[in-house]
This record gives sequence, C-alpha cells and structure tokens, in this order.
Amino acid sequence: MSTSDVTKQGMRGARPGREALTGSKRVRRRRGDRHAMVPEAEFRSYYGKPVLNQVPWAATDIAGYLFLGGLAGASSVLAAGAELTGRPDLARAMKVGALGAISGSVVALVHDLGRPARFVNMLRVCKPSSPMSMGSWLLAGYGPLAGAAAATSVTGLFPRLGTAATLGAGLVGPAVASYTAPLICDTAVPSWHEGYRQMPFVFVGSGAAAAGGLGMLAAPVGQAGPARRAAVLGAGLELAATELMERRMGMVAEPYRTGRAGALMRAAKTLTAAGAVGGALLGGRSRLASALSGAALIAGSACTRFGVFHAGVQSAADPKYTVVPQRERVRESGLISDQPKVPKAREASEPAAG
Amino acid sequence: MGFFTDTSVCIGCKACEVACKEWNMIPEDGLNFTGMSYDNSEGLSADTWRHVAFIEQRLPLGEQETSGARPASAGGGGAPVDLGMPSFDLPGAQTGEAERGDFRWLMSSDVCKHCTHAACLDVCPTGSLFRTEYGTVVVQEDICNGCGYCVPACPYGVIDKREDDGRVWKCTLCYDRLGDGLEPACAKACPTDSIQFGDLDELRERAAGRVERLHEEGITSARLYGDDPDDGVGGAGAFFLLLDEPEVYGLPPDPVVTTRDLPDIWKHAGVAALTLLAGLTATFVRRRG
Repeated sequence: MSTSDVTKQGMRGARPGREALTGSKRVRRRRGDRHAMVPEAEFRSYYGKPVLNQVPWAATDIAGYLFLGGLAGASSVLAAGAELTGRPDLARAMKVGALGAISGSVVALVHDLGRPARFVNMLRVCKPSSPMSMGSWLLAGYGPLAGAAAATSVTGLFPRLGTAATLGAGLVGPAVASYTAPLICDTAVPSWHEGYRQMPFVFVGSGAAAAGGLGMLAAPVGQAGPARRAAVLGAGLELAATELMERRMGMVAEPYRTGRAGALMRAAKTLTAAGAVGGALLGGRSRLASALSGAALIAGSACTRFGVFHAGVQSAADPKYTVVPQRERVRESGLISDQPKVPKAREASEPAAG
Repeated sequence: MGFFTDTSVCIGCKACEVACKEWNMIPEDGLNFTGMSYDNSEGLSADTWRHVAFIEQRLPLGEQETSGARPASAGGGGAPVDLGMPSFDLPGAQTGEAERGDFRWLMSSDVCKHCTHAACLDVCPTGSLFRTEYGTVVVQEDICNGCGYCVPACPYGVIDKREDDGRVWKCTLCYDRLGDGLEPACAKACPTDSIQFGDLDELRERAAGRVERLHEEGITSARLYGDDPDDGVGGAGAFFLLLDEPEVYGLPPDPVVTTRDLPDIWKHAGVAALTLLAGLTATFVRRRG
C-alpha cells in the first residue's frame, strides 16, 4: 500500500520504513493488516486524472442555451396568461421575448454543433431515452408557435391564429423550460446527475424568475403585476430548490460552492433575491425600480445556469467526485469489500505461507 | 463478442495502442511528455482507443508477486537464473535486499467497455450510435452531428469529441475486421495475450479460471472488473483482471448506466413543468379573484 506520493504539490505522506523483507512471512502479515493502517477516507486515482471525459460543450453555448430555453418557456406561459386577461402590452413583450430567447438558444445549439445542417440529424429519430432528442422535437414544435405568436402580435395580422399560437406556446412552454434539467442530469457528471430530483425545479424557478424579470423590464408597471408575482414565485422556488439540492447531494455539492461555479451561484442568489425583493416592494410604484429589478432577475437566472454548468464541469474534472461516492456505494451494498475478492483462496494460501 | 484484458501479464509495450492507431487510421494526438509517469497518452480519447496505464506503486518488492505467477512446474519457484550475460549489479545488490527501493509497476490496457446497457447509445439524439450484430457499440461517423452528449454520459470516460472535426470517436472493436473473420488489431498485436478476444461467456470462464489460479499462487489481489452481467451497466463487453482497486487504474469503482434513473428524471421534470404552469397561472388568477 502506497503511503507516499510525489505529486505536483510536492511530497505527500510519509515514506514507509524498511522493515519489510522480501518474501518473508512478515511481509504477508503486513499485507494482512495494511487496511487497518491506511485511513478509510484515502482516495486513490490514476495520477489524479479524471475518470470521466470532460463535457465538450462551450459554456457560452450550452449554459446560454439552458438559460434562454428557460426564459422562453416561462415567457410563453406569461404571454398566454396576459393575452387571456387582457394585458396586451405585457403579452406582446413576453411573446417577443420568448421568440428572441428561443431563437438565441437555437443559434447557440447550432453554433455548438458547428454546422446548421447537423441540426437536421437530430430529427432522424425520436428517442425518449435521449433528453436531447426529446428537446429537439420540443423545439421543433415550440419554435414555430412562439414565432407565430410574436409575429402576429407585432404586425397585428391574423389575430385568431395569433391567439391560438400564443396559447399553444403557453402550453408547450413549461416543457421547454423544464426538459433542460433532464438533459444535463441524464449524464454521468456527478454534480448534475445527483441533483436530478431538484434540478427541474431549480430550472423552472429560474425560468419563471427570468420571465418575470423580463416582464418587469419591458411592460408598463400597471400591467406587470403578474410578472412581479411570477418573479417572486420563481425566485423563491429556485432558491429553495437549489438549497435543497445542495443539501441532498452530499460531497458532490462541493463544486457548487467552489471556484467559478461557486462564485456564479453566489452571484445568482444575490441577484435573484435582490431582484425579487426589489420588484415586490418597489416594482409596483416606480418604472425604474421595476426595470432594475427585472434586469437583476434576468442576470441572476443566467448566473444560475452558468453556475450549474460550471459545477458539472468541475465535478467531472476531479476524479474524487466520481470515485468516492461510488466507493461508498460499493461498501454499503457489501457486494465488493475493500479486501481482495474470494477470501477462500486467501485462506488456502495462508497456511502454506505460515 | 468482447475483450478480456488480463493485466497481470501486460508488459506495457503499448503494441495495442499502436496497432489500433495503424489499423483504424487514427490521427496523431500530440507527441507530448506529461511528466506524470512513463504513460504519455494519459487516457482514452477520440484519438486514443486503446490506452495502456502505467501505475507506479511504492510497494515492497515482496508484494510484486510476479514469482507466484510462474507455473509451479517450471521449477525454481521463481528464483532468478544466471544466464551468464554481462551485466551490472542489480540495484541494491551490494547493500542487500532490504535497501532496495519499494516499487512495483502495474500495467493495464484500457478500452471502450461496449456496455450491455450503453449510456452513449441511449442518449445519442441522432441514432448515430448503434449496437452491432456482435453486441458491440459503434458510432456511425456520417450520422454523428457532434452534439457531444455521449461524452459526459459515458460513466467510464471513453468516448470523446475530436477537436478538429467536431464528431465523436471511440473503439469500434474493429467492426470491419470482425466482418472479415479477423480478431481486433489490439488483440492480434498483443505479444503476451494480455488482450484476449472472443465469445464473452467463454472469456468469462477463462477469466474465472485465471483468477482462481492466481489466488492459488498467493496473488490474492487479483480480481475481475466488469465481468458481472448484473452490474450497473449490465456487464461490460470488455472486462479486466486487475491487481488493485479499479480507481487505481482510472476506472470507476461502481459505474452505472446514466439512463437507469431516466424514468425518475422525466417524472421529476414533468412535475416541475406542471408546477411552473400552475404557478404562473396562479399569478393571473389571484389578480382577478
């Protein structure tokens, strides 16, 4: 058992003594209780190299895609609500916002693929086992609806078609806002996969907060009431779900608190909380306060997605987050003990040695 | 069909890495010195489909256990035989055995596991990854659109995206050679038969015999990895005989196919979507009421 290692940070651990004699009985005894000498928590890896290959996605493309998808989906729901309750200015702002956001997310996706023609390959199959395949079909259905809703709203043409498209987009919107959570959680990346129960709620909360922020930013104060409530509701859900997720994850939550991901998550919490509180208290009175709160909420939502993205990247880069939880799982299940397998053969060899 | 890699006889010659590159015409992946060990290819990637790990361990020579691996019938019990070759003294020969450095090397040729429940295949949104008639997992390179979803989905860190063409690549288990009745290039090139190719059931039988044999010889650290059809990936199409814990070789201790939780994942996402719809609807309803 290795007790010392030369690492980039210098020497780790102490060199073992020289009492071991090659081939002697004492060596065997030493091996027998070596597990007692090595601390259980010691984590081993192949020169600290990651077990997983790194996520090949560019942060601006895919984290941006996650953010814009959430913003678009939740905006469409608000747009449908505003349309039905007679708030034309809010409805128009949300429809245009949804179209802008979903267009941006498709551009980000295609940019990440490299060539536009490659997106067509996504529509070769329809696989429920692949959240990305499901997402492609969702986008293919939602995109035209959001486009028709925004176009009819801006031009004033075909109002009935516009209403139908607005309601359709509003119904598909929640799926667009939430499917990105399965997209990243259905991977082997520890800090994403472990959070799969709470991640959809983090994402829809974040999407609602961003859409509410957009409504506060773009619509007149008098019509932005639902947007303010959506922002408060979304921010509350996002903050609560994030907190719960980090608590439930155990050590795999560490990447959410350290490095770039930690900074982004802290910024997200501050911006989201400030935007929600500011919007709730002052948003109804001042146009400026409403716009500022809205901007803070949108920025907070973006920070959440980038933070989640980077936390996954950080967790995949460190073999600790892959090995330690799996090792614990193995130990708990008792399928494979830390002792070498097949103790029968070991017993058989011991008397011969003694 | 699959691989059984018996790392106890791997000599780290990297012939498999080279044969794989040659046969599959894989581009060069950087002639760099990593400085971490004699292993300069580091791990599996888009341009390294076989990777030989070099594990340096500070273990007493007595634990190297190589002598035990020799057949008892060969005689001598593993004691070195003087061949009369001109040579320097063995390191530490003057000072005695106790002064020699504690050191052993483990070598292991890693490869795509061709999982029975393959996460890369499950999550591929284009159907580019498919299961062949040999039970292996292969990427159709003309269909792969470079979304890269399979890369973080693989619990072993095998499949990877090639920088310059943006598509993903991995071991095909020499699909083209199998069709012609040939064994994969790496297995063909392996000088010690550390890499064995064949029917998985037969290989598992052979592997179990080998482990038993090693245990009888006193090498109790020998264990099989990836051979169990009931494990998290439904049994790997490439399994290994290891002499230490899997993580020491850069392998995950208990890999699970990422899509195992997918029904639960979809369920949570569905509830979240309904929560969003209900919550945002409520923001309007409350105003009216």
